[in-house]
Amino acid sequence: MSEQEHSEHIVPPATYLAIILTLLFLTGTTIWAAFVNLGRFNIVVALAIATLKATLVVLFFMHAKYSPKRTKLIILAGIFWLALLLGMTLSDYITRVDYRGVRFPISQVSQQLPAQRG
Amino acid sequence: MSTAAAAPVKTMPEHHYLNATYGIRSWLLTVDHKRIALLYLASVTFFFFIGGFFAMMIRLHLLTPSGYLLSADTYNRMFTMHGVAMIFFFLIPSIPAVLGNFLIPLMIGAKDLAFPKINLLSWYVYVVGGAFTLYSMVSGGLDTGWTFYTPLSTVYSNSAVAPAVVGIFITGFSSILTGLNFLVTIHTMRAPGMTWFRLPMFVWAHYATSIVMILGTPVIAITLALAGMERLFGLGFFNPAMGGDPILFQHLFWFYSHPAVYIMILPAMGVISELIPTFARKQLFGYHFVAAASLAIAVIGFLVWTHHMFLTGQSTYAALVFSFLTFLVAIPSAVKTFNWVATLYGGSISFDTPMLYAFGFLGLFLIGGLTGLFLGCLGTDIHIHDTYFVVAHFHYIMVGGAIMGYLGGLHFWWPKMTGRMYPEWLARISALILFVGFNLTFFPQFLLGYLGMPRRYHVYPPEFQVYNVMSTAGASILAIGYLLPMIYLTWAAFCGKVAGDNPWPATGLEWKTQSPPLTENFEVTPVVTWEPYDFHNRPDLGLDAVAANGVVPAHGDD
Repeated sequence: MSEQEHSEHIVPPATYLAIILTLLFLTGTTIWAAFVNLGRFNIVVALAIATLKATLVVLFFMHAKYSPKRTKLIILAGIFWLALLLGMTLSDYITRVDYRGVRFPISQVSQQLPAQRG
Repeated sequence: MSTAAAAPVKTMPEHHYLNATYGIRSWLLTVDHKRIALLYLASVTFFFFIGGFFAMMIRLHLLTPSGYLLSADTYNRMFTMHGVAMIFFFLIPSIPAVLGNFLIPLMIGAKDLAFPKINLLSWYVYVVGGAFTLYSMVSGGLDTGWTFYTPLSTVYSNSAVAPAVVGIFITGFSSILTGLNFLVTIHTMRAPGMTWFRLPMFVWAHYATSIVMILGTPVIAITLALAGMERLFGLGFFNPAMGGDPILFQHLFWFYSHPAVYIMILPAMGVISELIPTFARKQLFGYHFVAAASLAIAVIGFLVWTHHMFLTGQSTYAALVFSFLTFLVAIPSAVKTFNWVATLYGGSISFDTPMLYAFGFLGLFLIGGLTGLFLGCLGTDIHIHDTYFVVAHFHYIMVGGAIMGYLGGLHFWWPKMTGRMYPEWLARISALILFVGFNLTFFPQFLLGYLGMPRRYHVYPPEFQVYNVMSTAGASILAIGYLLPMIYLTWAAFCGKVAGDNPWPATGLEWKTQSPPLTENFEVTPVVTWEPYDFHNRPDLGLDAVAANGVVPAHGDD
């Protein structure tokens, strides 16, 4: 590994300021979106904003943007593993059937049980 | 010793890591990977005996169908705490944190791990986590099963779930730190000439294990944190009454806890890959394939977790997919097993104690692995799910595989760790006792499970008694098989015969330095010019002279 890869990249304070303001703006957007009923897209919008915020934090505050390629590879591997966890768990949830053998959408997984309880 | 007249008298080196400094502070504040390995050795042995105590309680209780020893509730606590102590505090740290810590820098020709202080921190984190879990054990114990299934663990259990969960959460970080340390060390600190494909298989196995530790452990940490929050603050993640899904807990739990099995078995496979070439005096067959198989097991091991959940409410489609993926793990496991057997073929085999453990591993891992396929098969799993068949299967992997590897490794590297040999014949006998005791304990459990005895029950129908008596008798033999090595290895560390640098002889870099090594491991950084496990082009091993005289080299202290 060359010396250059070890050297710290100096980030100007203006960049940090811009990022924190963007994050605060996105937090506001999340709150605003929570009061707008978008139907099944409620969760999609909330998660999209959260993902964008997390990406900004990782890229700038955690210096991933200025890191060597091997560090980026490790980060991508972590994200890939998270995708495995979520994706393969979904292979269960999106193919579940109820006691009659009828498929039901994932959004009802959690609603199914309290209804049965009542 | 038949060649004693020719051999010079061996003496302990004047300076080594054990006598470099003295006093309790020199141990508790050490950053020497070898001393930290010994700290780990003491602590995992402590937890092994706690777990072993619970195991004895379980087996004694099951001696009679109505269970005369413990109440139903106490029995639940016994098997839960047996699992928690053995899995989280013994099996997962055993080989990586003890043997891995001690050997990886020596094997790659480095002075220490990449982050010595983080290494010490990992031990303290382990101790703090262990203290929380011990607290839960003495303050009433835990009765959820080691799997902490919800909603039992989050709503209904009246036992000390919270401190146990906190303890395991904390200990997870010790595992992550160890894995991180190993990965960075293997990447950046190899000696000149130690290329990737000259690494000992032990190091490859730990590389694969470290990947699992780093990628898997955060998931169990967050899963147990969610369960803890549900229990303490009533947040509804898994409780169906609050809109949660209990199966979600099982998905998250097994996403770590299945790969955790590979954290236990992969390092043991690494040990076996060292023992077999050494005692067959032959190059490891299919080096590249054995190395690749370690990585394949680590990766595929992440894709099989719901085979623990076939009979929950998960979808049939998911069960089919995961059943197929489970069968795939058998391929790299079989690649390894066949390569070990092929290494033995035509070798000059000697039956020293470590090799006896390696043979034990081969047979027991084979049975454990193949019975895993019975369980991974959707049809047969319906019959044997949650029976003693499962208990027998995973004990063949975890005890027959992982602990055999651990003990084989301890015997093999004990001369390196302490500079002294263990008593060879006593060790051979105790390896045999262990093998007999193990099979007598767990083979009847396969039959019990097939006949339908469910696991985790404190009573059973009288027709199952004969198998349970056999199992309990086996467990008492097994206990002797564990106590003997503990006693004679401790004795040998102080009073055993001086071993010399390379008593076997073996080809690894760790045998090129003195026993016990210096704090800095090597006087000068070694340069590696030979291929791994190559006995032919290594005049320094002294085997040519042996061949010329027709004398078999001495092993151990015989």
